[in-house]
Amino acid sequence: MEVRTERMTARGQGLRQALARAWAPFARVPLLGWLLGALLAVFIEQFLGTPIARGLGMPKIPALFGFDLVLQDLLLLPSIVAYALVVYVLPTILAARLLSTAANRAASRLLKYPLVLSALLHIGLLYAVLHVWTGLSDYRLLVVRLSLIAVIATLSLNVVNGYMGEFSCSHPGFMSLGAYTASVTTVLLFVSDNRFGPAILPEALGPLVFPLSLILGGVVASLGALLVAIPSFRTRGDYLAIISLAFMFIVKSLFENLEVVGGARGLGDQPNYAGLPTVFIWTALCIWIVNNFVRSTMGKALNAVRDGELAAEAMSVDTRRTKFVAFLFAAFWAGISGGLFAHVIRYINPDTFGVRKLAEVLAMVYLGGLNSVTGSILGAVGLNLLSEALRPLEILKWIIIPIMLILVMVFRPTGLLAFRDFDPAKLLRPMQDPSKEMSDDRPAR
Amino acid sequence: MTVLRADKVTHFFGGLRAVHSYNLTVEAGQIFGLIGPNGAGKTTVFNLITGRYKPTEGEVYLDGTRITGLPAYRIAAQGLGRTFQNLRLWRHMSVIEHVKLAHYSKLSYGLTGAFFGTSKRNRQEAELESKALDLLELTGVRHYADHIVTNLPYGAQRRVELARALALEPKVLLLDEPTAGMNPEELVQMMEIIRHVHQELGLAIFLIEHRMKVVMDLCEIVQTLNFGEVIAEGTPAQIRSDPRVIEAYLGQEVVT
Repeated sequence: MEVRTERMTARGQGLRQALARAWAPFARVPLLGWLLGALLAVFIEQFLGTPIARGLGMPKIPALFGFDLVLQDLLLLPSIVAYALVVYVLPTILAARLLSTAANRAASRLLKYPLVLSALLHIGLLYAVLHVWTGLSDYRLLVVRLSLIAVIATLSLNVVNGYMGEFSCSHPGFMSLGAYTASVTTVLLFVSDNRFGPAILPEALGPLVFPLSLILGGVVASLGALLVAIPSFRTRGDYLAIISLAFMFIVKSLFENLEVVGGARGLGDQPNYAGLPTVFIWTALCIWIVNNFVRSTMGKALNAVRDGELAAEAMSVDTRRTKFVAFLFAAFWAGISGGLFAHVIRYINPDTFGVRKLAEVLAMVYLGGLNSVTGSILGAVGLNLLSEALRPLEILKWIIIPIMLILVMVFRPTGLLAFRDFDPAKLLRPMQDPSKEMSDDRPAR
Repeated sequence: MTVLRADKVTHFFGGLRAVHSYNLTVEAGQIFGLIGPNGAGKTTVFNLITGRYKPTEGEVYLDGTRITGLPAYRIAAQGLGRTFQNLRLWRHMSVIEHVKLAHYSKLSYGLTGAFFGTSKRNRQEAELESKALDLLELTGVRHYADHIVTNLPYGAQRRVELARALALEPKVLLLDEPTAGMNPEELVQMMEIIRHVHQELGLAIFLIEHRMKVVMDLCEIVQTLNFGEVIAEGTPAQIRSDPRVIEAYLGQEVVT
């Protein structure tokens, strides 16, 4: 018995070592290399995707990694795996490996310039990957845009619920305020309809004014947040959760009874301004600003309010101001995400931002990880993709996803990637010193 | 020069008189002790000075400025650092973050800096980091800088709290039972550190202690509190032989 377990652990170790050895060359690939690899993969799919898919016996390119196809016809599994290997995995790995030296050199050369340049280059590459990938199907485009919007909503909720540790349920209310404000401005100004009459400004100005209307939505949401921030000075925990929940319902019934914006029938006809570039830029901006904020000493005050308000006060932290800033800041971004959402779906009603939305966003925050920018991104994108992938299961989806959430809460109570912000400088750095690599390649004399 | 002065401070909790007509004068650079039996109101005195409670009557002055009734964070920013009887560290934060955050009132980069990561912010953050590391060096916990506080041994946590209070650049440092729960070895180290900090920074220290050894060794002046009133004040030697202090601590001798 003992001998066997020993052998088992030995085998386990052997396997781990083998894996580590296989991974070693890839550990040296910087982010730049991976992005270039992914870019190659999506280009391959664009030009060769259809023939490869047909050759493997699939009707068309699998839209979302083929999850939907597998759930409809299990026999397609091998061809979907083969497709993923040929189109995504192998090209990415090969390109990343082959380009690793060049990518490291480029990354270290970029470090000589301000970090912004390198960051912009990486973000641009990421956008190119998404652009090409979503160019192949409108469904992908929709899923990607909604995922990015969910990232904004999740991050902003994490600022309050994770970083500041107040259980706030008012986020759908903030999103609703943002969505309605932005929608009313764009529909009023640029759309001729029978609700607000003819367009006031020429339509060409629309995309330019759209960011302003989003910001206006964010500001209105921030004003709404005052109603939650002020009680938060005096109460915490369950009581604040109830107050914020009440806020959400107030906003909902406000729009239900506001006939000007369609009441319970909702508001439609938003112009199609929230394309992939717009949504992508706002998401990148949100991640950057939130990450900056929570990593600064001023942002750490949020954590201190969460972990011990008394000590925070005694250490000269103005806790009221901190709560104020956190709520208004979070509500602003929730408003932005609501505005973007309204212009992607191009129809909203008061029920869009109800308890279901709340459950969705909370699930993303707690699945991804509290107090974590990385976790919020993972939670929002992961849950969105999962929910889309399991769509063919219909009602079963709403059993599987909650069970997964429960399992995460059991095994990782703070979420998958809790307490992790990222340091852009570390993320973008070369993984190997190019000068060192030269000596590695040549045999030592 | 007087750095901390309390003038006839009285405080009621509902109908209970916790502190009555309390007077205090701490001179610059002095180590001042406050002793008294359990429930005498020592921590209440601290909370009245630091602004956690507002005195029902009386005034408190820090370095000549009246601070009565100011919110705690403003008093702290004016130069009053404190530690707590039961540690109050922020359990998910690293040691260096604790010390950096105590500089909160001196941050000048504002929200713009926090959101957009301006060069002013980066400069100031780097400055704070080096200041914080110096303080951790002073209290001997620099090697823990990047650890989460909850993973530290108890004695080290106490030192982190001390470093955090020092980061306020206080004129007066209030220590609420700095050696509570420490073993004899840690106790000696803590006294060493308090003495060292006092010498290095030359600040006034006002401390609550239960252990006579600490009070007698460290303090220049000791005040004894019983039922919210000062019953004796003087040098450690005077206090030790004061019959009222002995009575408060040991009870009255029963004459048979």
